[in-house]
Amino acid sequence: MKSPQEVNADPAYKQALTELLYQLADDDFVLAFRGSEWLGLAPHIEEDVAFSSINQDTMGHAAMYYQLLEDLGEGKADDLAHGRKAFERKNAILLEEVNGPGHYLKEPYYDWAFAVVRHYFYAQAKKVKIDSLKNSSYEPLAQAAVKINMELYYHLLHWKTWFTQLASAKGEAPERMKKAVVKVCQDFAGVLTLGPKADEIAGFHLIEDENQLKQRWVNEMEKVFSPSGLQLPEVEMVRGDGRNGIHTTDLDTALETLSEVYRQDPAASW
Amino acid sequence: MMTTYEQSVREMLAEVKDPEIDSVSVLDLGMIEKIIITDNAVQVEMLPTFMGCPALEIIKKNVETKVLELEWVEHAEVTFIYHPPWTSDRITAKGRERLKEFGIAPPPTQPGPDGEWHVDCPYCQSTYTTMDNIFGPTACRSILYCKHCKNPFEAMKPVSTIM
Repeated sequence: MKSPQEVNADPAYKQALTELLYQLADDDFVLAFRGSEWLGLAPHIEEDVAFSSINQDTMGHAAMYYQLLEDLGEGKADDLAHGRKAFERKNAILLEEVNGPGHYLKEPYYDWAFAVVRHYFYAQAKKVKIDSLKNSSYEPLAQAAVKINMELYYHLLHWKTWFTQLASAKGEAPERMKKAVVKVCQDFAGVLTLGPKADEIAGFHLIEDENQLKQRWVNEMEKVFSPSGLQLPEVEMVRGDGRNGIHTTDLDTALETLSEVYRQDPAASW
Repeated sequence: MMTTYEQSVREMLAEVKDPEIDSVSVLDLGMIEKIIITDNAVQVEMLPTFMGCPALEIIKKNVETKVLELEWVEHAEVTFIYHPPWTSDRITAKGRERLKEFGIAPPPTQPGPDGEWHVDCPYCQSTYTTMDNIFGPTACRSILYCKHCKNPFEAMKPVSTIM
């Protein structure tokens, strides 16, 4: 399919496509927000520069997906990003989770091990999806994937470096990384799933089958885990499937904060 | 074959600079993909450099305003397209020179086999430089350090479809 017009003539295709686009958009959007809460709190100044650049890129990717949804008649991109309620969101639960106890403005006891593991696992999963999306049956999405891939290259390199260095460092780092890996794996199946419409999404060749994607992700992770002596636990979905609209109160508070300015004047031009 | 109308639009575009690097035009950066002229209307198809770049909206507005300065133009519109994707090798030879004058090393033309890349110092041309941070003050730049003239400097980050 080349254009929104063609998609609109095929309701079943459109339903599968919009479902996938909401997952991709909401994942990037909420994780970029959580990442941005680290600004000024990262371990050192260079990391502050790098992390905020990654978050800015990632927010740009979300904007690209919301624009594709706007082109399909789903509403304005800004409204889709800021105006939707928590139960309408399709992001994985792991990605909405707070960075740690406290608040970014007041006593933030954030966990850098959790940040590195969550972002590294996510960047690798995103890489697997993006590579598959380059061959998506929806041409505008395939083109967006080519663009995103060029920026994602640097993100993955960044997080992989942090991960391997901390996992093999001296002191408390490896122990904290192990704990973070266990924690992230408990909900990481929520990132890898394509949700309740997975069969339709793969059936229309929008992206490959979720089991294939998951296997590819596991293979990539093993390349890093095996040499380091770390154990990659089985990924689970303990807290439920965000693709199904199931979320935690962490998403409510995130939406409240990030849409504060938008809600003051939803009609304003940005 | 370029028409004189299209030529006049291009001349205007040469005057629209990157708001964050004011010596380099949108033409030099390779951001202009296509100029479509229909009677008094001009549509400019542009390629965004980095997706999250906050300067994109400013660039769009500046291009539209500038093209509207042409007497025969009544409507000007910029649309951002993703295909072909913008890559750093689209920067023109002139653009590369202008970047250097601004103190930014142009992107390397040939990254190494494992994705590593190297640029010379834009101030003293020394090749004795080190990477400080692959990410920089804007999405498209990295921070480096010249061990010869002891200046920190920035470089345009290479992006290509082979990554």
